[in-house]
Amino acid sequence: MSEPPGAAVALAEAPPADEPSKPLAAQRVLPLRRPGRWIATAVVLVLATQFVHGLTTNPFYQWDRFGYWFLRPNILDGLLITLEVAAYSAVLGLIGGIVLALARLSKSPVLRAVSWTYIWALRSIPLIVVLLFLYNFSALYKTLSVGVPFGPAFLSFDESKLATDMVVAVIGLSLNEAAYAAEVVRGGILSVDQGQHEAAAALGLPKSYQFTKIVFPQALRSITPNYVNQLIGLIKSTSLVFYVSLLDLFGTVQSMGATYPGDIVPLLLVATVWYLILTSIVSVIQFYVERYFARGATRSLPPTPLQKLRAGLTDLRARIRREAAV
Amino acid sequence: MSAKTLKPLADVEAATVEVHDVHKWYGAHRVLNGIDLTVRPGEVTVILGPSGSGKSTLLRVVNHLEKPEIGHVSINGELIGVKRHGDRLKELSERTILTQRGRIGFVFQNFNLFPHLTVLDNVAAAPVATGRLNKPQAQELARELLGRVGLADKTGDYPRRLSGGQQQRVAIARALALRPGVILFDEPTSALDPELVGEVLAVIKDLATSGTTLVIVTHEIGFAREIADRVVFIDGGKIIEQGPPSEVLDKPRHERTRDFLSKVL
Repeated sequence: MSEPPGAAVALAEAPPADEPSKPLAAQRVLPLRRPGRWIATAVVLVLATQFVHGLTTNPFYQWDRFGYWFLRPNILDGLLITLEVAAYSAVLGLIGGIVLALARLSKSPVLRAVSWTYIWALRSIPLIVVLLFLYNFSALYKTLSVGVPFGPAFLSFDESKLATDMVVAVIGLSLNEAAYAAEVVRGGILSVDQGQHEAAAALGLPKSYQFTKIVFPQALRSITPNYVNQLIGLIKSTSLVFYVSLLDLFGTVQSMGATYPGDIVPLLLVATVWYLILTSIVSVIQFYVERYFARGATRSLPPTPLQKLRAGLTDLRARIRREAAV
Repeated sequence: MSAKTLKPLADVEAATVEVHDVHKWYGAHRVLNGIDLTVRPGEVTVILGPSGSGKSTLLRVVNHLEKPEIGHVSINGELIGVKRHGDRLKELSERTILTQRGRIGFVFQNFNLFPHLTVLDNVAAAPVATGRLNKPQAQELARELLGRVGLADKTGDYPRRLSGGQQQRVAIARALALRPGVILFDEPTSALDPELVGEVLAVIKDLATSGTTLVIVTHEIGFAREIADRVVFIDGGKIIEQGPPSEVLDKPRHERTRDFLSKVL
């Protein structure tokens, strides 16, 4: 460097007038301004406000009638039917799904083929067709009997007594649900590391213990979100049981709407809000179930909403302090 | 990590392992090509060989994680995975094989701890599941074994919170919980960061001096020299040479052994 000494002096003598006198290293980095983000936020807020405003002020929705119907006993009876059908089908469907998944993963080609065919068929046939088919089943087979195949029967049932509307609905939904659940469960089992199977085998753990205590609990981590997805679909599919003359939530709303044609919109809103509530409850349960199965899989558990809120507040406070200090 | 030497497991007899003329194919590829090997009780055998030489397969044949097509393995004279049927060998039921494995320790390269169980439950699982101990007894044993590998303070943790070296020590404690007559190690330090290798080797070394029969597949030549009673060099699914480390490692007689050692040393 061979600058004339005068140049350096001149630079030092003339600092820009509006710059603070702090050295560059001590100055705060200004965050990048993002005007596009602000504009987009404003547009979305305006649209959302408009939507809510329309929802609350448009007389078309008849919110007073909604209030009248929302907790009516016959609506709640329908809700109960929906819950019952969904709960039975969810449990039976999952059990069937586990059995089908194990069959598809078995070493026996016959079990694999039967399971594959079942899943293929039930995923191909629309649920409504399955339900209507079962509904008419008692016309095809008057009695069901348990006994030697093609031989004498030990037990016989009169099908028309056995197959109430509820039973038909639950069987139909479960048959359908099992086919989908089977693939969810199979995916979960395949997601467990091969090393886990090997370690369990190397320790000589009994086969049933390997599945119930080692493989399945780990599979549940990936089964849970997929099965809940399935479950939410199931809750909505229960609206189809109306077609096998079961008055679930949707069925009740439909028949009330036929009796009070002026109230059809508020009645549909009643059903919508109840389905929203059911889905919300399932989602909250899902969060905690997932959190439970995450133990050991992640170094620290995902925070609960309350913990998130607390952490957010702490962050905000720290940020305010920082801003104030600079 | 405590430096004290492990006491021999009181009620466990070190086992003899015999491998008789074992052949194993993967499809058309012959992985093991007539292996004969005898490991005497309390002996520490280190198996060396280039990658793909069949050394891990051999180890997995010993506890029947892999079935040999020809030949058989016996531990203390008991055939593993098969039984004699006239002059032929017949496969045993899965259940019986699992029972046999319950007496053979196996330590994996990738630890394969159960991530959803605590460290204590990982170690206590097998004795409970096989009905050999009740839960409190198994947990007491697990605590004792975890103390032996220097992890008494980690019993309540989940495996993923531990370092690789700690996880492998838990895996060794889990194998010890079987009270095995022989412990098989499949490259126990290959998945570890270099600075963590020492703590795992220290535990294995303590086991070696405690008189348990050990069969170890490893690439740690220095470690082999230090603890092995016998070094077995395998290539192409065959034993090329075997003997005390002073012979095989220092004065190898075969070209292939010399070649391999020159690459890894």
